[in-house]
Amino acid sequence: MAHELLTKQNPYHLEMIQTKKYKTNNIVIKLKEPLNKETITKRALLPSLLRNSTKTLHTRQAFARELDELYGAVLRTDTAKKGDHHIISLRLELPNEKYLSADEQLLERAIKLLSDTLYDANVTNNSFDEAIVQREKETLKNRITSVQDDKMAFANQRLIDEMCSEELFSVHTLGYAEDLRAISGKKMFDYYKHVLETNEITIYFVGDFDGIDLERLVGDNVRAKKASEHIRYESSARENVSLRKEAQTIIETEPIHQAKLHLGYRTGVTIADEHYASLQVFNGLFGGFPHSKLFMNVREKHSLAYYAASRIEGHKGLMIVMSGIASEDYEQARQIIEQQLEELRAGEITEQLIAETKQLLVHSVKNTLDNPQGAIEFDYQYRMNNKSCSPEQYIEQINQVTKNDIIARAQEVTLDTVYLLTSESSDVDE
Amino acid sequence: MSMNKKEYELLNETVYTKVLPNGLTVILLPKKEYSKTYAIFSTKYGSIDDTFIPLNKKEKVTVPKGIAHFLEHKLFEKEGYDVFSKFSEFGASANAFTSFTKTAYLFSASDNISENIETLIDFVQEPYFSDESVEKEKGIIEQEIKMYDDNPGWQSFTGTVQALFHNYPIIHDIAGTVDSIMQITKDDLYTCYDTFYHPQNMVLFVAGPIDEEKIMTLIENNQADKSFEEQHPIERFFPEEREDVAIKNHTIHMPVSIPKCTVGIKEIWQRTSSKDLLEKEILLRLTLDYLFAKGGKFYEILYEEDLIDSSFSYSSTLETDYGYTFIGGNCVNPDKFAERTKELLLSTKQMKISAEDVNLIKKRRIGLLLRQMNSLEFVANQFVDYHLLDIDFFTMIHEVESMTVEQVNAFLNEWISEERIAICKIVNND
Repeated sequence: MAHELLTKQNPYHLEMIQTKKYKTNNIVIKLKEPLNKETITKRALLPSLLRNSTKTLHTRQAFARELDELYGAVLRTDTAKKGDHHIISLRLELPNEKYLSADEQLLERAIKLLSDTLYDANVTNNSFDEAIVQREKETLKNRITSVQDDKMAFANQRLIDEMCSEELFSVHTLGYAEDLRAISGKKMFDYYKHVLETNEITIYFVGDFDGIDLERLVGDNVRAKKASEHIRYESSARENVSLRKEAQTIIETEPIHQAKLHLGYRTGVTIADEHYASLQVFNGLFGGFPHSKLFMNVREKHSLAYYAASRIEGHKGLMIVMSGIASEDYEQARQIIEQQLEELRAGEITEQLIAETKQLLVHSVKNTLDNPQGAIEFDYQYRMNNKSCSPEQYIEQINQVTKNDIIARAQEVTLDTVYLLTSESSDVDE
Repeated sequence: MSMNKKEYELLNETVYTKVLPNGLTVILLPKKEYSKTYAIFSTKYGSIDDTFIPLNKKEKVTVPKGIAHFLEHKLFEKEGYDVFSKFSEFGASANAFTSFTKTAYLFSASDNISENIETLIDFVQEPYFSDESVEKEKGIIEQEIKMYDDNPGWQSFTGTVQALFHNYPIIHDIAGTVDSIMQITKDDLYTCYDTFYHPQNMVLFVAGPIDEEKIMTLIENNQADKSFEEQHPIERFFPEEREDVAIKNHTIHMPVSIPKCTVGIKEIWQRTSSKDLLEKEILLRLTLDYLFAKGGKFYEILYEEDLIDSSFSYSSTLETDYGYTFIGGNCVNPDKFAERTKELLLSTKQMKISAEDVNLIKKRRIGLLLRQMNSLEFVANQFVDYHLLDIDFFTMIHEVESMTVEQVNAFLNEWISEERIAICKIVNND
C-alpha cells in the first residue's frame, strides 16, 4: 500500500499511503533529530511559532481564515520523544473534495499552506516576533507546570526522571521552565534555521489521490531548498545503560485521593530487534489487555484498582506498569504485580491465552491502520529506525511467537524503579 | 419483513435499519474499506434515570445515585465466566461506558464477527448479579471515583454543571458517590435492569466490512430465541428545572498548579422538540465557532488581552431536556477572564454576522463533520444518539448547508441572557 515516491535530490523523504477509506486527506511533516537537553525547550516552543501564521498569512486571523476556506482544515502540531530521538509533527487534515457538494480544488492550496508553515515562517530581520515569542513562552510555561495536575502523567514523568536520570531519555519533551527566560525571537530564528538545515524530514500523504500527480504538486509547492542530500540519523545507535543491581523505590507525597503506583522495567528489546514481537505478546499477557494478569488480579480478583496495566516503550526498551490504588494498599498491590511477572517467568501460561493475546495484538494493528494518523505512525516507527516492516510482516512475526519466546522475555525484563505517589496519611480524604 | 435501506449518494454511504418484533432497533453500516468491525449496543438509560416506575409495577421508586454505571460494570460478570475473556477468545477488544442519558456496550474486532456480535448481545441480555460480586465491585468503583476526585478537569466539568442547574439530575456525578454506591444491592440492579434493558429501549449498531443480510439474520435469530415481557413506555420522573442558574459564581478549592475557569451557559432547561433541538444545535455550533474558534471574533479579543492560552476550548451538549455550553480553560487570572467573557457574551444582542462569514463557518462545520466520519466509533455513537432523537446523522451536512444568514443572526441576538450564565473556578487551597 505505502510506496516510496522519490527523494534523492530533495531534502525530505516523501511517502504516500493511497486508500479510499477516508473522507479527508492527511498531510504530515515529521522532523527528527537526536534528543538534546540544551535545546529541548526551544524545540518544544518552535511548533507554536509555526502553526499560527506564515510570511504571507502573517496574522492569526488571516491564517485561521485560510484554514476555514479549506473547509475547516485543521493544523495540529505535536512533539514526541522516541527513544533517543525527538520528533516534531505538523499534521494537516482537510476534506477530500469529492465529498463536497460544491466544486472545489483544495489539495494544492493545502500543500502550499503546510509547506509555508514550515519553510516560510513568519520571521522578519532574522527574528520571530518578540511579542508572539513572549506569549508562547508563557503558554509553554503553563503547560510545563500543569503536568502536575494530571497525576498519571506526572507519576510517569517522575518515574522516568528517577529511572533514566543518567540517560538522554530523561529529557522532558515540553522542555524546562528555567530555560525559557533566555529565549528570544532571534534565538528562536537561529534554532529554526538549525532545524531546517539538520533535521531528517519525512512527508506523508494519506488519502485517495487516484489520478492526482502528487509528485508534481509537492515539487511545485514545497519550498525546501534543493541543496543538500537529505539527512539521515543513525537511530539504532543507542546509549549503553548500566543495569541497577537492585531496584530502587521512590516514594513521594502529595495531597491526593488516589495513590499512583508505577513500576519501570528494562526489557532489553527495542522495536528494531527481532524479539520485539515476542515482547509485545509477553506484555499482552502481563498487562496490555483486560484479560491480562494485571487486570484480572489487581482489579478483578483483589478489587484494589480501577486500572492496572502495562505498556511497552518500544524505542527505548522499557516496560511501564501503571495503577491507581488506595494509599494503604501499596504493599499488597506491589506484591501482586510482582507475583504476576514471576508466574509468567515460571511459564504459567496456557496456549489458549497465548492464542487470544496474539489475536488481540493483530486486531490492535488493524485498528491502528483504520485511522489515517495510525497508518502513518505504524510506518514511521520503523522508518525512523531505518527499518521497514509492513503490517503483514508484523502480524506474521506475532503469529510465530512461541511460549518459550514469551518466557524468555519475561525472564529478561528487570525491575529498575518503583515510583509511588501517595497521600501524607492514608485518611487524607474524608 | 425486509430491512429499510437508505443511501446517501454524496457521502457514499448506505444504512440498513430494522425494528425487530421485540422492539429492538438494529442499524447496520457496511464499510467495505475498513478492516475492523465496531458494534455498539446501547440502552437509553443513564445516570439521570434514577426515579421511575419499574417494569410491571405501579409505584415509582428512587434508586441510589450511580446505579446505571454500577450496573454497567456488573454486566461483565457472569456465572462461571468473565465477559472480557470471552471477547478475548474471539479476538475482540470490548468496553462500555455510561453517560447522563445512555449506557453502551461495545467491541471492535477484525475476525469472528458473528461470534462477537452474539457475545455482545447475550452478555447484555443475560444478567447475573450476586450479593458477593456486588460487594466486590464497590472497591473498584470507589477507586474510579477517587481517580476523578484528583482530576481538576473533571472537577471543573461537574462544578460548572452544578452551577448551571438547580435540580436536574445531571448535577450528580455519573459514578455516584462513595456513600451512594455503598447502598446499592443486587435487587436494585435487577429492578433497573428489567426496566431499562428491554429491547424496546435499546439500539444495536454495527459498522464495518460486514454482509448486512447475514448479520441481520444472525441478530434476528438470536432475538427470536429469547422472550421478553411486554413493556409499556417507561415512565421516568424528573424534577422541574428553572431557567436561571443555580450558582452565579462557583469556586472549588483543590490542589491545582494553574487555576481553571469555565463560563457556562444554560442552553436548555425544559423539554424541546427534536426539530427545534437540531436547529438550535447547528446554529449554536456555528455561532460558537464564529466567536470562539482560533481567529474568531471573541477569541482574538481574549487572546490580545492575555486572558487565554492554548488550553482554551469550548463545547456544547444539547439533549431534549437539558443543554449547556462551556467556554474556558486554564486561566492565570480567572476573575478577569470570567468578567470579560461574560461582557462579550452579553454584547451578542447587537451583533451581526456577514453573509461571507456565515458561509465560511458553514464550510468549517462541513469539514469537521467529514473528518469525524473517518471514525467508525464516532459515526456509530453519533448515529445512535441522533437516531434516538429522530434525527438522521448523515443529513447533518445538508442541514448545515441549508442554514441562512438570517437564521444565524436571529439566533445570535436571542441566544444570551444574563441569568443563564454561571462561572466556575478551580483554584488552589489557601
